[in-house]
Amino acid sequence: MVVFEKPKALTDAPFHYCPGCTHGIIHRLVAEALDELGIEGKTVGVAPVGCAVMAYNYFTCDMVEAAHGRAPAVATGLKRCMPENVIFTYQGDGDLASIGMAETVHAATRNENITIIFVNNAIYGMTGGQMAPTSLPGQVTQTSPYGRDVTTAGYPVKVSEMLSTLDGPEYIERVAVNNVKNVRNAKKAILKAFKNQIEGKGFSLVEVVSSCPTNWGMTPSKALEWIDENMIPYYPLGVYKDRSAKEE
Amino acid sequence: MAEKVLMKGNEAIAEAAIKAGCRHYFGYPITPQTEIAAYMAKRMPKIGGTFLQAESEVAAINMVYGVAGAGFRVMTSSSSPGVSLKQEGISYIAGADLPALIVNVQRGGPGLGGIQPSQSDYFQATKGGGHGDYHLIVLAPASVQEMADLTIKAFDLADQYRVPAMLLADGTMGQMMEPVELPDLPPAEIEKPWAVRGTKGERKHNIINSLYLDPELLEKTNFERFEKYKVIEEKEAMYESFMMEDAEYCVVAFGIAARVSKNAVVAARKKGIKVGLIRPITLWPFPKKVMAEAAEQCKAFLSVELSMGQMIEDIKLHTGCKKPVELCCRTGGMIPAPEQVLGSIEKLAKENQ
Repeated sequence: MVVFEKPKALTDAPFHYCPGCTHGIIHRLVAEALDELGIEGKTVGVAPVGCAVMAYNYFTCDMVEAAHGRAPAVATGLKRCMPENVIFTYQGDGDLASIGMAETVHAATRNENITIIFVNNAIYGMTGGQMAPTSLPGQVTQTSPYGRDVTTAGYPVKVSEMLSTLDGPEYIERVAVNNVKNVRNAKKAILKAFKNQIEGKGFSLVEVVSSCPTNWGMTPSKALEWIDENMIPYYPLGVYKDRSAKEE
Repeated sequence: MAEKVLMKGNEAIAEAAIKAGCRHYFGYPITPQTEIAAYMAKRMPKIGGTFLQAESEVAAINMVYGVAGAGFRVMTSSSSPGVSLKQEGISYIAGADLPALIVNVQRGGPGLGGIQPSQSDYFQATKGGGHGDYHLIVLAPASVQEMADLTIKAFDLADQYRVPAMLLADGTMGQMMEPVELPDLPPAEIEKPWAVRGTKGERKHNIINSLYLDPELLEKTNFERFEKYKVIEEKEAMYESFMMEDAEYCVVAFGIAARVSKNAVVAARKKGIKVGLIRPITLWPFPKKVMAEAAEQCKAFLSVELSMGQMIEDIKLHTGCKKPVELCCRTGGMIPAPEQVLGSIEKLAKENQ
C-alpha cells in the first residue's frame, strides 16, 4: 500500500530551495491540486522572478518564465488565447506586490479567470534578503539594517485585504504553511482556487504566508514560530473574498 | 483580386493583421496610433478574437509574450514613448525566440516629445532597443498599401524565424489615407511544437524561457541565435531602387522621408543631376549589398531622415566610408519639404563633382 508519494505533477528535478524553506511545501500543494483535479495536461504555469524563478523545472505541466512582476499579464495572454486551459502563476512578494503591483491589481479587477499562488515571506530571498513590500515594521533586512522604518520606508502592503476591496476578483484567501493544520487549510484553498478557474468563476488568489530561514537569520523551526508570533498577527489568515459563497 | 478601399494607414495595419490570422491584440492608448486599437476593439469581438486594453504598455507586451508562447499570432502597437516601455518585454520575447509583431507609429522625442511624425526611433528599433544581444526584423512602410503588405510579411517572417518583428512607421503613415488592396489569405499553417498549450499528457513539458544561469549555455544560445540572424541578413533584406541605373549621387531614405525624397530626386533629374534613391524597406536587416554596390557607383550619398541622423551611421558602415555621406534632416515632428531635399542634393552634387 502506498502511503506517501511524490505528486505526478512534480518532475524529478531536485529543488534548489534552502533547507527549511517552505516553497517546497507550496510546490507540493500546487502539484497535488493539479493531480487531484486531473488537469496537469492542460495546465500552463507561469514562473516569477525571485526564489521560484526556476519553478518551470519542477512542474511537469507546460511552463513560461515571466519577467519580474509580469506573470499576471503573461497569464492573461495565455488564458485569453486558450480559455479551455488552466493557467496559474506562482509569485513572491517582491514580484507580485512591488514591481508587479499594477499587473496584479488589473488582472484582479478584470476578474481574469486565472489562479495566482502568492508566496509572502516578507523578504527578497533570491537577491539575498532585501526589504520587501511586505516586510514588517521594524524588520531587519539587508536594505533596512536598522529595521523597517515606516516613516521613510512606508508600511507593508496587505495584498489580500487590498485586492478584496475590488469588485472584480472571485476569491481571495490568506493561508500559512507553518504547521500541519495550516498546511491542510492551504491545500484546501489552493484546490479551490484551481476549481474556481475550471468552473469559470474567475480571478482566484491564495496568499501563502511563508518562511525564509536563511534571510530571516533563524533556524527553520524558529522561522515557523516567527510566522505565528509576527507574520500572522500582521497578516491575519482567512477568506477575504469569496463571491460565490456569498451568492449561495 | 480584392477590391481597393480607402483606408487610414493605422486601420490598414489592423485589418491586414486580421487577414494574416492575428486574433489577439493588446495595447494601450497613445497618439498617433490609437486608430489601431479602436479598429481592433470593433473587429476582434466579432471574429472571436481578443482585444484587450492593458493597464500599461509593459503589461500589453507581456500579454503578447504569453500568447506568443502559446504559438498564436499576436500583436501590440504603440508610439515612441510607449515602445520604450515595451523594451523589457521585447527583450524577453527575443530571448525566448518567440514570433510576435510590435508596431511603432513613431512620434518626436526624446522624452514625451511631441505627437507629430518622426523617425528618431531608428536606433532603438534596429540596434536592439532592450537589454542583451538580439535583433528585431524591422520593416519600414512608405505607403498605406505597404502598411498592410508589410504587416502580413512581418507575421510570416516572425513565424518563419521565431524572431519578433517590428513595423516601424510614423505618424504620417498612420494618419494618411490611401487606396489599399487587402488580400484574402489562407490561414498560415506553421507547426509550433515548442508552444505551451498543455502537454495533454503526451509529451515532456515545453518551457518558454530566456533564463540561462550557466554562462556557457547562454553564450551558446546567443551564438545560435546570431547564426539565424546571419541567414536573415543574407535572405531577407528588402529595398526599392529608384533611378539608380546611371546615378552618380544616391539619396537614401525610408518611410515618409523616402516619399519626399522621390519628388526631390525627380526634380533634381530635371535639373540634370544624375541622382537616384535607395529606399530600405527592411531596416534590419539593412540592405547592405546594394549599399556596397552603390558605394562603387556613386560619388556621394545623402541620408534624408526625420531625426538628427541615425540611419546615416548604417549608410557610412555599409558604404565602407568610401564616399562622402551627408545628412538632410528635420526632427521633432517636422517633415522636410521636397525643396529642402532638392537643395541638399544640389549642394551634394556641387561639392562632389
